[in-house]
Amino acid sequence: MDFLLQLLVNGLVIGSVYALAALGFVLIYKSSRVLNFAHGDFLALGTFVAFALATSLHLPVVPSILLTLVCFFVLGLVVERVVLRPLIGKEIIAVIMVSVGLSSVIKGVMYLIWGPGYFLFPEFMPDIPIIIGDLYLSPLHLLALAVSAAFLGLFSLFFKHSTLGVAMRAVADDQQAALSLGVSVRKIFAIAWGIALLSAVAAGVIVGSITSLSTEGLATIGILVFPAVIVGGLDSIPGAVIGGLLIGVLENLTAGFIDPMLGVSLRSVVPFIVLVVILMLKPYGLFGTVEIERV
Amino acid sequence: MQFSACGNYKTRYEDETTIFPNDTGRVFVAALLVFLATLPWWLSPYLVFVTTLIGLFIVGAVGLNILTGSTGQISLGHGAFMGLGAYAAALLAQAGLPFWLAIPLAGAVTAVAGAFFGIPSLRVKGLYLALATLAAQVILQFAFNLFDSRGGGTSYLSVPEPTLFGWTLDRDRMFFYVVFATVVLGVYAALNLFRTRVGRAFSAIRDNDRAAAAMGINVFKYKLLAFSIAAFYAGVAGALWAYASGVVSAERFTLLLSVEYLAMIIVGGLGSVLGSIMGATVITVLPEVLRVLADSLSQVLPQATHLFLAMRFAVFGLIIVGFLMFESQGLADRWRVIKTYFNTWPFRY
Repeated sequence: MDFLLQLLVNGLVIGSVYALAALGFVLIYKSSRVLNFAHGDFLALGTFVAFALATSLHLPVVPSILLTLVCFFVLGLVVERVVLRPLIGKEIIAVIMVSVGLSSVIKGVMYLIWGPGYFLFPEFMPDIPIIIGDLYLSPLHLLALAVSAAFLGLFSLFFKHSTLGVAMRAVADDQQAALSLGVSVRKIFAIAWGIALLSAVAAGVIVGSITSLSTEGLATIGILVFPAVIVGGLDSIPGAVIGGLLIGVLENLTAGFIDPMLGVSLRSVVPFIVLVVILMLKPYGLFGTVEIERV
Repeated sequence: MQFSACGNYKTRYEDETTIFPNDTGRVFVAALLVFLATLPWWLSPYLVFVTTLIGLFIVGAVGLNILTGSTGQISLGHGAFMGLGAYAAALLAQAGLPFWLAIPLAGAVTAVAGAFFGIPSLRVKGLYLALATLAAQVILQFAFNLFDSRGGGTSYLSVPEPTLFGWTLDRDRMFFYVVFATVVLGVYAALNLFRTRVGRAFSAIRDNDRAAAAMGINVFKYKLLAFSIAAFYAGVAGALWAYASGVVSAERFTLLLSVEYLAMIIVGGLGSVLGSIMGATVITVLPEVLRVLADSLSQVLPQATHLFLAMRFAVFGLIIVGFLMFESQGLADRWRVIKTYFNTWPFRY
């Protein structure tokens, strides 16, 4: 029972990170119908930039993270303007492949600067485990959970109550109607990219400080985002959060119960089996908009 | 012999669908084939191996272009299907089958798997389908890793050298001809596919699947057919790869390979067989060129240790982004423009 509880808690911690990464991903998809394959690489790059600011420039950890968040918001605006905007209205494969190309370029840059090794994020709080009953809680995990929850909360407030957030939802809902009401769709696309990269970096820094930093390891989160968003529905922000949490919990439960039974590590593949099953049974996910085609 | 027409004199549909509109192409292709057949006799063994690689990637790229370029279904699992073909061929070869039976059988096994992962195309399309094929990639890759680590540790499948009538076709030279013949056969079949009912149904589905359904095309059946044809080509490419390299392991058939395949058809031109050939050549030669470049650069910059890895990713990505933004029709279209220019030279029309 305690083992189960421990797995659930660990799953929620990692799931909240997936949720945060998935949120940005869904934001991009919802506003501009771009499936961002470079999400994981932006996440990794952001984490490494924060790491470099903290270690090479000897900035304190928190300001260097904040500085990176700002930088990546701006980077999002730039990427949207330079790379994505010329491709608006092109066929799906062009839009997918341009993000794949971006992902490859970012990987190249990261290998050039940091190589394929492992790094440890500088410690910024004492890691003394808190033990409640048989439950083992690392303060870092709790902080991760709190930060993810805070970010998700902030985003939901932003989308519900700020003018910009409402405008973003309007664009996602119906671009032409939003245009006719005077919303600048271009501006919204750019800001969606900015926020998406910001949340990706937040997720990356959290994972980076829990585990270690490596180009491949962090970029994998970008791939795990896909099952999360498909479970929740590609264009649903609450779906992304729930999907992320579900995938995190599922991964940990598989690692805890099924892997020892079979003797093979199914952990990495289970999310994708779920993805296929969901696509076959309920293709638009739990909360996604069902695409109805009329002739 | 007729070398160039100075106008459009086509009066029948058959004239429009001929592979060679005049004899220039025939002569050119015949000369090219003869030239390629002499390659193993004067190129270094390493370059023959690279040419063999180009050939088998052409087979795979032609397959993906049938699915993605001509039927409009994006596949992110082509690399894994190639891997499935490689594993199947390795196992069949170890079971003692001759290569000329193992290669098509490996293709057939892969075609069945391809059709299975095409099933979601009944209900979803576009981006959702891309994700279903991504799942196919991850799941197959996991299966390969599991297979490699059977019995603890990692053990790779070794593939015996192919033999024909008691002769061993050595990997350095003679196997080139097997790949060469497969490429010719595969390209010939693909070119002709688009002149048939099936090929036209594929194009109709790509252009507008609802309109295709309204015209009486069984969209699901043809989508599955496209998936299995593409997977068949990938499986054959994988089987050739298994024989050419002699060792099959999971690490070659990652998502990166699937992405490389997509890059091939984008660089070459979507929906064009010629484009697949050009794209496969460019993307296969690229790392070889970069390796030479990185080696010479690392002597100037000894501190950059992962130069090749970094350059490979960065240049590859830049090529994809560059082609999408500035040359979105691919090399095949550029070739067509050049050809038209010289057809009417010195006139502009």
